Amino acid sequence: MSDQINDSRRNFLSKAAIAGSITLAPGVLLHQTAHAKPDDQAVSSDTRWGMLIDTNKCAKSCTGCVDACNEEFDLIGSMPKSSEAQKTQYIRKVTLVEKQTKHETSLPMLCQHCESPPCVDVCPTGASFKRVDGIVLVDKHICIGCRYCMMACPYKARSFVHEAIENQTLSAPRGKGTVESCTMCVHRVDNGDIPACVEACTADNHNAMFFGDLNDPDSEISREMKKHGGKQIRADLNLNTGVRYQGL
Amino acid sequence: MTKRFLRISLILTGLILLFPLQGMADTPLPSISLPEGEGVKCVEPVDDIRRNHMNYLLHQRDKTVYEGIRTEKHSLANCIDCHVQPNEQGVVPAHDDKEHFCNACHEYAAVQIDCFGCHADRPQKFIKRNSQPHALQQQLNEVLMAKEMGAH
Repeated sequence: MSDQINDSRRNFLSKAAIAGSITLAPGVLLHQTAHAKPDDQAVSSDTRWGMLIDTNKCAKSCTGCVDACNEEFDLIGSMPKSSEAQKTQYIRKVTLVEKQTKHETSLPMLCQHCESPPCVDVCPTGASFKRVDGIVLVDKHICIGCRYCMMACPYKARSFVHEAIENQTLSAPRGKGTVESCTMCVHRVDNGDIPACVEACTADNHNAMFFGDLNDPDSEISREMKKHGGKQIRADLNLNTGVRYQGL
Repeated sequence: MTKRFLRISLILTGLILLFPLQGMADTPLPSISLPEGEGVKCVEPVDDIRRNHMNYLLHQRDKTVYEGIRTEKHSLANCIDCHVQPNEQGVVPAHDDKEHFCNACHEYAAVQIDCFGCHADRPQKFIKRNSQPHALQQQLNEVLMAKEMGAH
């Protein structure tokens, strides 16, 4: 029932957005998304940040994005008492094998930043939330660590912090008793930079990851997706994910 | 007889009154070290920040988390950068130390704060980070990549 309501609302809003973008000059839109916002300006729903991952360019043995993420958030060595299964991972490499052909596909799996996130639906305190620019986050100030969101997430993207953490980085305050997941490097995005994983993938010259504004038809990511498509994982769930894949 | 009894009771009352006063004189006040230097000033007037710092921090916290407003003025990191410095022995006090700027008053007033469960209790420049694992991992990746390329 709630899905139906959401769908009709989404359809109405997308039509309104199309009408809005026709009335605006395309140059104005470009200008708004091409530059970093000033520090004191709130984020806006004009943008929807997303990611596109080309699995054809993603080598099975490469963990460049995972390493860059671990370094950005200082995840390595921060949880010495936790078991391997408990340790936080914002991105993990997943290998898919097609049963008939035995063809292997490797891809980085991270929070998919859904438009209708199940983690937000189930959160009893409102700690799990979606920012107006489409980034799904946890407000750890009001997270009670119940872990409903971890059970609700179809992508196994969230982790629970089991032990006390000290000397956190400025960009990633994290602590015991709260749930955390990929923030799409919100601290970098707010400063006009791209996420650490995308930066590492581009720097290593693999170019398997794109980051950009899905609402802007002229952005690199939108043009690429229009040309070659961008599949959702578990598209049947109708979540309209912000992270899309090619070559699946 | 009565006079003597009165005198003794008076002396006793005096003593009882005296001891608690002595005790009160010994109650240690919180000692906080203020940042030194020419023209160093808090972001708000001292009487205001003493009374309202929690409101400034709370307001800034929600602005940052929900709206992505990352101004420095009322941010916790900005307070920490100025107020948490190494002591004479060169040791940076931890958030549960009496010497720590926040804890000095909060322990005195018995007000527990959770900030440092998630936030660093010292300026970033005093935190040593080991970036070695990444370098090692990168080397390993390169070896693995080369192997994979060779296999094809």
